[in-house]
Amino acid sequence: MSATLTEHDAAPRTPGPRPPKPDAPAARGPKKRKFPFAPWMLLAPSIILLVVMVVYPTILMFVTSFTDLEIKNKMLGTPANFVGFDNYVEVFTKSDFPAVLVRSLTLMVILTVLIVGGGMLLALLMLRLTKGWRLLVSVGLLLAWAMPPLSATVVFGWIFDTDYGVVNWLLNTITGTQDFRGHGWLADPLSFFMVLIIIVVWQGIPFAAFTLYAGLGQVPDEVLEASQLDGANAWQRFRLIVMPYLRNVVTAVIVLETIWNLRIFTQVYALQQQGGLASETNVLGTYLFRQGLGEFGVTAAIGVFMVILLMGISYYNVRSSLKEEEA
Amino acid sequence: MTTQISPAVQLAETPGRMTPGPQKARRTHRRRAPKVVVNTVAILVFLCSVFPVYWMVNMSFTPSNQIISRTPSFFPFEFTMKNYVTAWTREAAPGQTDFPHALASSLTVALAVVVVCALFAFLASIAIARFAFRGRYVFIVSVLVVQMVPGEAMMFTIYNMVDDWRLMNTLVGLFIVHLASVVPFTIWTLRGFVAGVPADLEEAAQIDGCTKAQAFWKVTFPLLAPGLVSTGIFAFIQSWNEFTMALLLMKGYNLTLPPWLNSFQSATEATNWGAVMAGSTLIALPVVIFFLFVQGRMTGGLVSGAVKG
Repeated sequence: MSATLTEHDAAPRTPGPRPPKPDAPAARGPKKRKFPFAPWMLLAPSIILLVVMVVYPTILMFVTSFTDLEIKNKMLGTPANFVGFDNYVEVFTKSDFPAVLVRSLTLMVILTVLIVGGGMLLALLMLRLTKGWRLLVSVGLLLAWAMPPLSATVVFGWIFDTDYGVVNWLLNTITGTQDFRGHGWLADPLSFFMVLIIIVVWQGIPFAAFTLYAGLGQVPDEVLEASQLDGANAWQRFRLIVMPYLRNVVTAVIVLETIWNLRIFTQVYALQQQGGLASETNVLGTYLFRQGLGEFGVTAAIGVFMVILLMGISYYNVRSSLKEEEA
Repeated sequence: MTTQISPAVQLAETPGRMTPGPQKARRTHRRRAPKVVVNTVAILVFLCSVFPVYWMVNMSFTPSNQIISRTPSFFPFEFTMKNYVTAWTREAAPGQTDFPHALASSLTVALAVVVVCALFAFLASIAIARFAFRGRYVFIVSVLVVQMVPGEAMMFTIYNMVDDWRLMNTLVGLFIVHLASVVPFTIWTLRGFVAGVPADLEEAAQIDGCTKAQAFWKVTFPLLAPGLVSTGIFAFIQSWNEFTMALLLMKGYNLTLPPWLNSFQSATEATNWGAVMAGSTLIALPVVIFFLFVQGRMTGGLVSGAVKG
């Protein structure tokens, strides 16, 4: 709100105008510069860093994706040839990239639904708890949220261990048999993804739950009471009163979760190290990583596709953040 | 930690029991019945959230012969520190770093990222929040867009770049990569903090005789300290946990902690799970502690913006 105030003339507190005010930020002594020197100096370090480390590689990757650059070009110092869309054609027709893409998108949908749905249920649960109980749940969720993803994956890998995992022991004890003795959870792609989903959801739900819970706090109680007096049942109150208030929060959470779940790398990679079949369980990130150094043109084409896909999804995020800025 | 509970929520919770108006009574009745169920669910949620963390710590204190056992031990009765000693002293794999060296690498990179990133973001957020100038809006949009560029999609391009600069397998190379990945978010967060300190305060100080610089350092800067701390912690956690680029760029004796743990747990010889759990615990510890400080701000920021918009 006070974002557009100039420094010494704050009297007209109008949050609108973009064009620079005639009197530039003056310290002592008159400075009649047309060019806003001070702010750009402040921005310079960040701009240089981001241009060098983000903008430049993005352009470089885009260019590389149209060439046949390989590791031997780097070794010998020979220039690469321009090959047009060959890399893209190869990636989409002659590799298992399409399968990986479908797998990643499916996983993303499942994870996002489970995390946002579960987070919402937990947020509603926390709303109904008294203070002490709510603290208990909060502490648990915070611990899960704070665990470094790699540590969490290593622990879950051990919990689902083939020989000494507590899950196999538990299932044996419950069923009273030895059916699960030596049951390998990670070898089969389907149960590999089940374990993966458990890990990611376990870590992802706290963020969704806390955020939605904070959002629920913004729903005015009077409106809920009024609707209750008018005879709305719990589901109607949730759908017709709470949801409209929560829509922006829910959208923000869904968009962020979608992006994060499409970008997961650590959990998948570490679980593969513990016994998963990489070729059957790769997602976008690990697939790209496992292409390795070599055909830089092809990996650049995959990268360009990932950037476009993720940027497309984040469009909504950027737009809503800008709305916040303008508000 | 649950700082963002608005009064509305608390009202909805407690009063029913004490004020027995007709409507309230009916409502209380309906709410009270499943209280046991609700609390049971709460306990279940707590147990499910905590169990893996508990299991990690439990295993890290359990002697090896009890870890490799058909019946798991749910409490380290034969308490041992041996796993921690092993994790601390043994190299991850032949020819690779040991824990103390990896810890030093991780700390160096993370702390450098915190300091430089806080400085960069601080300057930039002042520019955005305190100056009106042509190009300000473009910069804000660019930061948001840049923040969304998935770094790991460019992993090999960045690998080549770092290689060309002769920074491969150096802490400086990893530092620059981490720095670029946290700066956009930090600018965005700090901008909110700077905008939250009214410019009036500075003006008042100037009227009282401070110079502009004094007004800033004595009035605004102290008010920004919490913002700097929480963005700094965010940057630290990001760098500390970062796995993909560290795995790609660092080798042998220069591994940071996440790739160290990865090597340690997938060592060719039979994995020493007690030591792996001890290593995991050591890596998780600082993050968990720091996390408690910033948690409220991270969700709070998102919500206040999203609800307003």
